[in-house]
Amino acid sequence: MRTDSPRTASPQGPRKASPRSIVIWTLVALVAAAGWSVLALSRGEEVSAAWMVAAALGSYAIAYRFYSKFIAYKVLKVDKTRATPAERLNNGIDFHPTDRRVLLGHHFAAIAGAGPLVGPVLAAQMGYLPGTIWIIVGVIFAGAVQDMVVLFFSTRRDGRSLGQMAREEIGPFGGAAALIAAFAIMIILLGVLALVIVNALAQSPWGAFSIAMTVPIALLMGFYLRVLRPGRVAEVSLIGVALLLFALVAGRWVAESSWADTFTLAPSTLVIWLVAYGFIASILPVWMLLAPRDYLSTFMKIGTIVLLAVGVVVSLPTLKMDAVTDFASQGNGPVFAGSLFPFVFITIACGALSGFHSLISSGTTPKMIQKETQVRMIGYGSMLMESSVAVMALVAASVIDPGLYFAMNAPAGVIGDTVQNASQVVGGWGYQISPDDLAAAAKNVEESSLLSRTGGAPTLAIGVSEIFSDVTGDGLRAFWYHFAIMFEALFILTALDAGTRVGRFMLQDTLGNLYKPFKDVSWKPGLVITSGIVCGLWGYFLWVGVHEPLGGINQLFPIFGISNQLLAAVALAVCTTLLVKSGRLKWAWITGIPLVWDATVTLTASWQKVFSSDPRVGFFKQRSIYQDGIDRGEIVAPAKNMDDMHTIVTNSTVDGVLTAVLALLIVVVIADATRVCIRHIRRPALSTLSEAPYVESQIVAPAGLIPTKEEREEVRDAVGAEPRG
Amino acid sequence: MRSALNHAVRAARGVRWYVRELTDESAYDRYVAHLRAERADADVPSRREFERMRTDRQEADPRQGFRCC
Repeated sequence: MRTDSPRTASPQGPRKASPRSIVIWTLVALVAAAGWSVLALSRGEEVSAAWMVAAALGSYAIAYRFYSKFIAYKVLKVDKTRATPAERLNNGIDFHPTDRRVLLGHHFAAIAGAGPLVGPVLAAQMGYLPGTIWIIVGVIFAGAVQDMVVLFFSTRRDGRSLGQMAREEIGPFGGAAALIAAFAIMIILLGVLALVIVNALAQSPWGAFSIAMTVPIALLMGFYLRVLRPGRVAEVSLIGVALLLFALVAGRWVAESSWADTFTLAPSTLVIWLVAYGFIASILPVWMLLAPRDYLSTFMKIGTIVLLAVGVVVSLPTLKMDAVTDFASQGNGPVFAGSLFPFVFITIACGALSGFHSLISSGTTPKMIQKETQVRMIGYGSMLMESSVAVMALVAASVIDPGLYFAMNAPAGVIGDTVQNASQVVGGWGYQISPDDLAAAAKNVEESSLLSRTGGAPTLAIGVSEIFSDVTGDGLRAFWYHFAIMFEALFILTALDAGTRVGRFMLQDTLGNLYKPFKDVSWKPGLVITSGIVCGLWGYFLWVGVHEPLGGINQLFPIFGISNQLLAAVALAVCTTLLVKSGRLKWAWITGIPLVWDATVTLTASWQKVFSSDPRVGFFKQRSIYQDGIDRGEIVAPAKNMDDMHTIVTNSTVDGVLTAVLALLIVVVIADATRVCIRHIRRPALSTLSEAPYVESQIVAPAGLIPTKEEREEVRDAVGAEPRG
Repeated sequence: MRSALNHAVRAARGVRWYVRELTDESAYDRYVAHLRAERADADVPSRREFERMRTDRQEADPRQGFRCC
């Protein structure tokens, strides 16, 4: 039986566009076209970031107005008369109908984090143009579509998680693969995020002090919320943010005082601190550290993103990076190896297409959405907002001197550890920067050195300080740099804690099948053991990343990209299967084409990472070169001794096997989904859809951000409408 | 003049409402309203008890409210 009956086709039926709207949309299209033309055609001359903003915002507006509307009303056939889980299962806590504007804020804060800020910065090594095209085109046709369609199907299934949907709609095989994928990705994500902050905080007493201070501040906030004034989140967040800004200012005093040595930490010391933090934080009660930190980092995140948007629009800086660098075609870039296709498309995940979002779009948000018609605004709209954050990150990376960019993002094994050496190596790539300028850049932000500050966060912080000090004057440059570092480190630390808990939860569930007590999530020994395992796993990748002679980000970031896109493949496969099974076969291309693209990119990237004969790209080729060196008793650069040689051999083997396993998982999920789709087309009677039955909705609420005239009348006429419109 | 003041007051109320909703500070009021809507004389927990229950729920299933990259 098909329960998925479409009830309403179009919100107001066929009608002719008014002359006014034709004029407006023609203008928007012209703005976007002008932006794209300037970006695409200018070579060698300096381009203003205004064109990038124009291309992005114009394209988003058109995509939202036309494509997302088409998907919502023609393909998904969202039904405003159908009650959502928030209305049917309202328990006043996690299921409750939430105002669309509030939910937009919640959903955006949940999907946007360090990802859209880090990926584009790294991808800038190929120039700003490839990244810009992928971020904008990718979000319109893949990323935002995935988020919206997952949100829609999960809403029709009482807020089922992606894993549950994969199990119910594809089968136990696909479901198990999805579960393993989610766990693997969590581990790799945490390892890479932690690596990003180690690279930002190492040898930086200012940064290390202000981040260390976030722990007592969070404890104080937690105590306030638990004991003094329960639930007063807004006031405690204001206190927290004020203390945080004070800690940031105090960081400078510490860095100039005799305490500086205490907070000047080597990378390997930071690794130990971070793993210890992750472990202890994740076994403490939620109210002590996690909840208050979460409030702090959300406040800082939204504040900084708004500031950055204002800064970019006000100062409209000039892009100094080339549109397309030689590294794009030659595949020998120092930040990450490999050519434009496929590596730009896995380096930039969040902001264009991010599998992780499907975990938020299924699960949390569907339990709060008021109306099915709002999936367009919440799912598609939030993702467009995240994409604009990625564009701003790309702007920030492209406004700094390219010579400085490469000196900051190339591994130490390549550019050495003196400014003279770095200047020479970077000059050899065609980007001139003098040793004095490199030293001055570090001094301007009160850091001892900026060489090989890989991971994206420090580069972003330099770009942010460049843009902000354009507005506020040069005196605050160092403050803005550390502000940006603090804001990224803040939510990465929160992610370490929250991610460890989620990983532990998955592990407890799985181990519970072997030994019953593990299933009880509050069983203390189980809690400690599983937390330890999860921290040990991501700690391993962090340790490896820090000690990798070939450069940790260089080696690990592609694996992170592949795993994130793997999760996107799972989500898109679930969506496509559901479109087919719910009688929308002719529209299956909506998620089918992004799935094919995503699978092509991810499988090509993993194929190259495993089998490429270029030692910079292929893990096993790397392994054999260094293994041969060991056998001959020779040391191969950049290794400095035999220990380095052995490290490289071990790491390359682990990385290569991991990449191969991830690729296999993608193939399993897609094959299983294809099997289910073909079976449905041949024998539809064999398929089952686990959709919640139709219940009529009693709520009246607009679909979009700004209510239409008809919607306003509807809300006014409704009895028991929202207290505040 | 008067209408400008009215506008300012309304805008300030709007901001307060949005901040309270976004931070979930209004969660307790919402829960009490939910219980009372079902039964006018329902037993409602104190704010302290309610907030504890909420963090306990997050403790039991950390996937609730998880944020990502």
